[in-house]
Amino acid sequence: MLLNGHETFGWGTIILHWMIALLILGLIVLGFIMVRPDIDPELQFSLYQWHKSFGMTVLALSVIRVIWWLTNRHPASVKGLSPLEARSASAVHLLLLAMTIAVPLAGWAVASTSTLGIPTLVFNRVLVPHLPLRPSAEAEAFWTTTHALLAYGMGGLVVLHMVAAFHHEFIRRDGVLSRMIRGSLGKR
Amino acid sequence: MPAYTAAALTFTTLTLASGFAQAKAPSLDDAAGRYDIDGSSKISFSVDQVGGGGISGSFGKFSGTFQLDGRDIRRSVVEFSLFPESVQTGEERIEKFLRSSAIFDTKTYPKIVFRSTKITQTSDDTAEIEGNLTAKGMTKTEHFTATLTKWNRRVISFHIQGGVYRTRYNMSTGTPIYSNIVQFDMVVNGQKH
Repeated sequence: MLLNGHETFGWGTIILHWMIALLILGLIVLGFIMVRPDIDPELQFSLYQWHKSFGMTVLALSVIRVIWWLTNRHPASVKGLSPLEARSASAVHLLLLAMTIAVPLAGWAVASTSTLGIPTLVFNRVLVPHLPLRPSAEAEAFWTTTHALLAYGMGGLVVLHMVAAFHHEFIRRDGVLSRMIRGSLGKR
Repeated sequence: MPAYTAAALTFTTLTLASGFAQAKAPSLDDAAGRYDIDGSSKISFSVDQVGGGGISGSFGKFSGTFQLDGRDIRRSVVEFSLFPESVQTGEERIEKFLRSSAIFDTKTYPKIVFRSTKITQTSDDTAEIEGNLTAKGMTKTEHFTATLTKWNRRVISFHIQGGVYRTRYNMSTGTPIYSNIVQFDMVVNGQKH
């Protein structure tokens, strides 16, 4: 099913979730490698452009994901969660959702304020205009730091999210991870 | 053929451009000779980028000579060397990138050389220069247009323009965000020997 059910995730949610997840992990690795100071400059230029292209892709998918999240039913939490667990799970999910928008936006701000003025040509095909921000060394430094902090912060949340998913799946055996793979909670 | 002589070239420019319409025609010997390219010359370039704008800059360090043949402009020769290390764009990181192995690789190839092979006069004060450009170990034929802009007994100036495809010289990094064509816009001042 495309749409979410009372207890199940539809494949719309599942595909968006995993595409964004894979892209984000790739982008964190790419972002970490491309800022190494001893990297070949030609490779570095190329990695930055890939990072921008995939980052814009994440932003587009995340906007769709947020609309999807707002317009779709939210499947019920698995049984046996304490109120604190339920609240913190929701908080992490909401934060992750917000970060998938905020991190690429901050990255877009880096490209827009950079005194290098390098255009964003997504996959060498689609020209994405700069945000209406004034380029300056200070603004570029600010957004670079913000982007990195937000990205690594999101990385931390992703780890938390994964640990929780594995805990539910393999310790509590309540099918939380299965639900995001097969849609249903799956009886074990 | 008088139309091809340097004297005609310089005379026309004097009367048209410099305002000394009453000045007497320079003799053939006046314009002919060997010139050193002077440090006051301006070697500017620009590379367009997608969506408008681009990178523009100049090279501060260069040298060269040209030999104007008084009898036959076609026998004139230009030699020009450019040191890409001296590139200036107003943004230090861009300059560093241009000097790096991604573009000029100035450590391995400190010099870019142009030697004319054929000069053709195209009007009273313009000429087409064909020659071999050697950069980053590659030698290719390029064309530039020259317009005579100033002349006196000691100094001769040309406005020289031309586009060079950088991918032909292993400098393709940045395409297609940045154009393949490097547009040169140069004011070359020659000081007579």
